[in-house]
Amino acid sequence: MKIAVCVKQVPDTWAEKKLTDADRTLDRESADGVMNELDEYAVEEALLLTEASGGEVVAVSMGPDKAEETVRKALQMGADSGIHIVDDSLHGSDAIATSLVLSKVLADKGFDLIIFGSESTDARMSVVPAMVAERLGVPQMTFANKVEVAGETLKIQRQTEYGYDEVESSTPAVVSVVEKINEPRYPSFKGIMAAKKKPIETVTVADAGVDAGQVGLAAAWSQVDQFSERPPKAAGVKIEDDGSGGVKIAEYLSEQKFI
Amino acid sequence: MSEILVLVDHSDGTVKKVTLELLTLARGLGQPAAVVIGSGVDTQPLAEYGAETIYVADDGDLSNYVVGPKVDVLAQLVEEKSPAAVLIASSAEGKEVAGRLAVRLNSGVITDAVAVAEDLSATQSVFGGAVIVTSKVSTGTPIITVRPNSSPAEAAPAAGTVVPVAVTLTDTAKAAKITNRVVAQSGGRPELTEAAVVVSGGRGVGGEDGFGVIESLADSLGAAVGASRAATDAGWYPHQYQVGQTGKTVAPQLYIANGISGAIQHRAGMQTSKTIVVVNKDPEAPIFELADFGVVGDLFTVVPQLTEEIQKRKG
Ligand SMILES: Cc1cc2nc3c(=O)[nH]c(=O)nc-3n(C[C@H](O)[C@H](O)[C@H](O)COP(=O)(O)OP(=O)(O)OC[C@H]3O[C@@H](n4cnc5c(N)ncnc54)[C@H](O)[C@@H]3O)c2cc1C
Ligand SMILES: Nc1ncnc2c1ncn2[C@@H]1O[C@H](COP(=O)(O)O)[C@@H](O)[C@H]1O
Repeated sequence: MKIAVCVKQVPDTWAEKKLTDADRTLDRESADGVMNELDEYAVEEALLLTEASGGEVVAVSMGPDKAEETVRKALQMGADSGIHIVDDSLHGSDAIATSLVLSKVLADKGFDLIIFGSESTDARMSVVPAMVAERLGVPQMTFANKVEVAGETLKIQRQTEYGYDEVESSTPAVVSVVEKINEPRYPSFKGIMAAKKKPIETVTVADAGVDAGQVGLAAAWSQVDQFSERPPKAAGVKIEDDGSGGVKIAEYLSEQKFI
Repeated sequence: MSEILVLVDHSDGTVKKVTLELLTLARGLGQPAAVVIGSGVDTQPLAEYGAETIYVADDGDLSNYVVGPKVDVLAQLVEEKSPAAVLIASSAEGKEVAGRLAVRLNSGVITDAVAVAEDLSATQSVFGGAVIVTSKVSTGTPIITVRPNSSPAEAAPAAGTVVPVAVTLTDTAKAAKITNRVVAQSGGRPELTEAAVVVSGGRGVGGEDGFGVIESLADSLGAAVGASRAATDAGWYPHQYQVGQTGKTVAPQLYIANGISGAIQHRAGMQTSKTIVVVNKDPEAPIFELADFGVVGDLFTVVPQLTEEIQKRKG
């Protein structure tokens, strides 16, 4: 089985995120980059599937020069090779453009599965996997908390608002996984050493067959007009429970007209 | 006046509150038209909340596939009716529908809006509510997903003319077939993302039994119950009640966090709640940074006392 896994580099979850004044895009320089933590589950699932039934895993990431670290991290975890899509024209791309570039790069390479994380912790849109499925015209098997492949049949449990759906499709397919699905491994020392020798192919927008005018900030189909930082919330009241903490909350709730 | 299409979110034939909020919002933007996909949906509330037209696609096959059929129906309607915008509830699935529809129609998409202005610019609250962004779709038909509880639902009866829609599903729409649906029990409480009050428990609740005190407090306030990932991972409470990055995003009027430390992934799902009350025995717990009213104490004494006091006050 040949699996592509899409991994994104995002600012460290704990770092304060800012928009740049210059062009109102996420300030990626001011924070350390890490692999989107939800994509670690995608890498793990790809590795589990190929360890069980053979095959190869290719880690794919679109992002600036330093996003190569994130491709490398996937290789350290055990992926076989990487594709890093890097091009100055990509700066400021929205989900529409990201899905366009990813699907152009992923099409016609014979992948049985393309696995995504369920959401990027910076964009928080959760739409790229669905968009890639739409563009490639393949089944959308997203929000999986269980994945089973038998021959050309794929079965997942899709997490829903009310419980889960059992869903079936053929391969090739787009899959996204939720964090309940597995426990991502840490790269081992051996894995880290081995990753140094694994190939990472660098792909430009032109290589992908995409016109540079279709990507980047200027091409985005939605524009940020304004942004402002919300004034920090006024400090609340904090009291030590002296045996009447519950009553004190009730008093507060009743002042605020909740009771 | 151009139509504003509102995709109706429903469960078991009942229209969700978020749809009524979207219809109310749509009235300020154009002429609201509801789009019902699926069978057996009670359309009466749609007319009551301002839908001039109700497009109904109720071919039984539509609900047997993941997302695709909804995209087909909406794409067809957008092409036929040229609406000014499409509004969809910002649930996990709603965002997927919006994303695919945008690609299909060559339109821009904005997700997780908390407000939409007359000129169709949308306000989003990003980075955990620290930054407010206003954006506008510049290409195609604006497709906007709006968070539940962002604006009120106000009745304003309209014609509600039902127009049946015939659809032929594309092959891609039928690519991912739902073979079984497993519905977890709701316990008769309001839906988590729609509730005005949410009472949550975390690792501090100590176990499945500990959720009893959380549920009692929730019931005294007519609230929904939420949980942190520590609690759902431990199997103390079902996953669909998880609040946070990988659970649900809630923005109720009142959020009461009990025995929850306030990790960034939890905050991502509740930070924009209007009023936040915290009970935690660790005075250093980061969740106190968000609290409008916080009590440092043991939840097993504070919460039952609070429940009792609420019952007393309600008589
Ligand atoms: C990829 C990823 C996604 C995640 N997604 C989510 C998500 O969607 N939602 C989420 O919640 N988390 C999520 N997390 C987990 C998150 O990082 C935290 O681990 C989790 O929120 C902790 O839950 P908690 O606050 O209940 O537990 P803890 O952090 O252990 O906190 C328990 C708190 O209870 C207090 N306490 C203990 N006993 C009592 C008592 N008797 N009375 C009062 N207080 C008491 C303690 O002082 C402590 O502050 C995610 C993590 C990752 C890596
Ligand atoms: N620039 C990118 N490069 C590779 N994968 C991406 C990129 N952006 C998003 N993804 C994938 O799409 C998923 C959902 O992202 P999003 O729709 O931005 O929330 C992520 O978890 C990644 O798997």
